Amino acid sequence: MSARPATAHSPPAWPTGTAPRGFAALAAAGAAVLAVALGAAHYMEEHGHVVTGMGNEVVWGLPHVFAIFLILAASGALNVASVGSVFGEAAYKRRAALSALLALALLAGGLMVLVLDLGRPERLVIAATHYNFRSIFAWNMILYNGFFAIVLAYLWMNLERRFAPLSTPVGILAFVWRIVLTTGTGSIFGFLVARQGYASGLVAPLFIAMSLAWGLAVFLLAQGALASWHGAPVPESFRLRLRRLLGIFVATVAHLTAVLHLTNLYWAKQAPFERFILLDGAPYAFLFWAGYAGVGTVLPLVLAFHPRFAGPRATALAALAVIVGAFAQLYVFIIGGQAFPLEIFPGYATASAFRDGEVAPYVPSLPEAFLGLGGVALAFLIALVGVRLFDMLPRESDAEPGGAAR
Amino acid sequence: MNPVDAGRRDFLGRSAAFAGVALAPGVVLYEIALARETGKAASPAVRWGMLVDTTRCASGCTACVDACHAEHGIPAAVRPTDAQWIRKVELKDLRTGAIRSAPVMCQHCAEPPCVDVCPTGASFKRADGIVLVDRHTCIGCRYCMMACPYKARSFVHEPTTGQKTDTPRGKGCVESCNLCVHRVDKGGAPACVEACAQAGHRAIVFGDLNDPASEIAVRVRAATTTQLRADLRTDNGVLYQGL
Repeated sequence: MSARPATAHSPPAWPTGTAPRGFAALAAAGAAVLAVALGAAHYMEEHGHVVTGMGNEVVWGLPHVFAIFLILAASGALNVASVGSVFGEAAYKRRAALSALLALALLAGGLMVLVLDLGRPERLVIAATHYNFRSIFAWNMILYNGFFAIVLAYLWMNLERRFAPLSTPVGILAFVWRIVLTTGTGSIFGFLVARQGYASGLVAPLFIAMSLAWGLAVFLLAQGALASWHGAPVPESFRLRLRRLLGIFVATVAHLTAVLHLTNLYWAKQAPFERFILLDGAPYAFLFWAGYAGVGTVLPLVLAFHPRFAGPRATALAALAVIVGAFAQLYVFIIGGQAFPLEIFPGYATASAFRDGEVAPYVPSLPEAFLGLGGVALAFLIALVGVRLFDMLPRESDAEPGGAAR
Repeated sequence: MNPVDAGRRDFLGRSAAFAGVALAPGVVLYEIALARETGKAASPAVRWGMLVDTTRCASGCTACVDACHAEHGIPAAVRPTDAQWIRKVELKDLRTGAIRSAPVMCQHCAEPPCVDVCPTGASFKRADGIVLVDRHTCIGCRYCMMACPYKARSFVHEPTTGQKTDTPRGKGCVESCNLCVHRVDKGGAPACVEACAQAGHRAIVFGDLNDPASEIAVRVRAATTTQLRADLRTDNGVLYQGL
């Protein structure tokens, strides 16, 4: 099987010596957001986390929402490459390089946020040299670094024609690795036995499903933007396949989310937590229903499956809605899960100077928001420079006769 | 006062002074005998623990909290970002209406979730059961705080002032009750235990749970005690009586 047969002979994306329209402005905008984020991180490090909305109860705030989104989306952005390499679909295989580039970019953005939100980011070398193998967090560091190495190798093999035969086995390795990685990321929460919002074996498969949906949404937006930038639209048949796939992934996330909450509702001891998340915990219940269920689930499902919304704009809107819903879902999961009081004395009403029995306060601060946006900006910049440097766009000439629809 | 009485008083005074001088080194030596030798590792034969008698713990009394703050140079906790090594929790039994009060601090679990999840191994448990944070390898990820079932850990959110020699603290690291390890290693008891006794409550007993003759072991054998969140099987070193 020869990889990227048509692209290899296509003219480069942009003629040598010319910059694409708006490249400098886009790069400058991305760099500006990144610079503000780095400034915010420096401010947080200088003053300590006292300048954030986090405290000793909600210890992971908005930066973790961004970081987990970017890390899961990184794994999911590899969907197209996986379908191409693991299942041998030619239309997907031609877009494998873009898929891998997005995966690398998103992971870099997510890890940047995660590292700069540490209390001691300068001790990263300790994290890289001291491993507690009972910690899923330590395993995740290995998984993230491995993902970088494998996807980088995969990208190289996709761009360098002489390595093309190797791209399939490396693609399969990347596929297996990303499933393990997302399992590991979900287990960061799933293994938290003490917290009512987390301790569940369902979190890992839920995170896998979320990564599939969110990463595909990012890929759809990137592919659409790149196509319009080049003035070369994405083949209709291919876009429609991805649109349907997005709908299936969104439905899978909805199913697992429903099962997680229904399982909890069955246990009397979990009922107060579910009441908090689904009914009266502000702003979590609103974010869950309006943000996740409404914008993040119902809207993209309608846009993905209703024949009236088959156009490229509706597909882009569906992808955007999935991303908005993802942030709402993560905010509810990560922050709502911490805000709900730990039950240390079952059967007792409690009161203390540390708000035992009370909902923990959390209002995100600007530096946190900037740091999170900085992760998005870094991912954007890496993707932007990547598509500028390498020929990643399969042109219409790539489309197989009769389209790719099955 | 007749001369006989004066002589008797003088004799009693001198005797008391002599007894004091004679006994004082003995008391010090007794403490030294209990103390751990410098350079010698903590013994796994020992399991340091505390028994909190909630029937003796006075509602509204914060002697243990104040003593802890003074001992470790921790400012009083006002904001959600302030350190909380120990706190007093007021409890009301939802079925009977009974009122209890109890201090909550690091429970020094035999199976500590904070140690399990720490990526760098900065959270660790000493052989004698004391759970500590190595400030040199803590990267401030706060995963241990997510894992702790007792809200017992604090993150240092801002630059510290007024540090004590025995309690190094630093912005960006996680910390928690260290069972006054500097005192314990010298044969003493944690500051909260002493303060509670001085306040006349004696609601906290400290000692070696593995030593059958220790007061704590005797009390634990005689009374019904509970471990917080016993369902998690973390086998806490802090036990509660009267809950």
